[in-house]
Amino acid sequence: MSTRVQLVAVVAALVLFFVVFELVRSRRMMERYALLWLVCSLVLAGLAIWTDLLTDFANTIGIKTPSNALFLVAFGFVLLLLLHFSVVISSLSDRSVVLAQRVGMLQQELDAYKGEPTIDEKIARQVAALGSPDEAPRHGERDS
Amino acid sequence: MPRHLVIVPALNESHSIAGVIADLKAHVPEFDVVVIDDGSTDDTAARAREAGAGVVSLPFNLGIGGAVQTGYRYALAGGYTTAIQVDGDGQHDAAHIRALLNHLLEHPEIDMVVGSRFMDKGEGFQSSALRRVGIRMFARILSLFVGQKVTDPTSGFRMTGPRGIALFARDYPHDYPEVEAVLMMHAHELSSAEIPVVMRERQGGESSITSSQSVYYVVKVSLALLVGFLRSKPVRPLGRLNQEPPA
Repeated sequence: MSTRVQLVAVVAALVLFFVVFELVRSRRMMERYALLWLVCSLVLAGLAIWTDLLTDFANTIGIKTPSNALFLVAFGFVLLLLLHFSVVISSLSDRSVVLAQRVGMLQQELDAYKGEPTIDEKIARQVAALGSPDEAPRHGERDS
Repeated sequence: MPRHLVIVPALNESHSIAGVIADLKAHVPEFDVVVIDDGSTDDTAARAREAGAGVVSLPFNLGIGGAVQTGYRYALAGGYTTAIQVDGDGQHDAAHIRALLNHLLEHPEIDMVVGSRFMDKGEGFQSSALRRVGIRMFARILSLFVGQKVTDPTSGFRMTGPRGIALFARDYPHDYPEVEAVLMMHAHELSSAEIPVVMRERQGGESSITSSQSVYYVVKVSLALLVGFLRSKPVRPLGRLNQEPPA
């Protein structure tokens, strides 16, 4: 691997590390989601600095150009991060369903307790009173 | 008129929760008790309610940080002047609460007092040897950062005054919050102290830290400490915490 490629790889990995670190420090990213990024940047920096390690790795998996092995590792991390996000998103959407159900049930309980129509019903009534048929809602249409 | 609250975070503690609440009522009857049921799948909430505690049931598991912060918000909203965290598994002996409260009342400049297992001779349940190594390491680092001796940074048996309640209601660490919370107090120029307590072995349920998670625990808390240290002054909180600081 040429020194220039090596230099670029090291700098890029370190920049990534410090960007992620700064995001955590300024509290725009939680530690929980930063760890994988930090590990990724450290591994990439390590492989770029100690090229013997990278060459060994490239030989082991049968890649002729060590820099390609570095790309492969980086690609592996990208896949891992995407997979991680898919899992996180799944858990978040599951939680938002549970939250919506809980809020709906609380609303129902509160309305029954107060003996008044629900907020949603009041809003719907207001909209029906104000809106003309020409002004059909274009956005914000519910998908349910 | 001072009002005191016990915050009991509980996840699937149906076997021990009633006993914990009965203990609290026996030792510190003037404290209100709120159980934060952190998405239990058993009847923890029902048992707690039967035992006479207020119950906040979270719709899903938030983890210990989110659960405890719910308790601090409850305390702030309810106008409590003192709040103490007591685990729902029976590890924390209600008999020590009086000592924690007295310490806080005698030292009005202190915002948080932590019950430490490792002060004095170190009696009672001391956690496993491996965990003690980790705890000691975090204790060293934390002592260095906050400039005073911390012996038990992972103890969840801690009592806070009004400033501590206001801070934690606004901002509390997410996963494995105990160690970070001490550093946070320091960063916000609030003071904390420790007094010796004796802890028991948990009486039921499972620890929030399984062995497979302990590597994550160590890495996460180390990162949080380092970041927290570099975060010398309080910075913009994350979205869900983005609220006006108390006047």
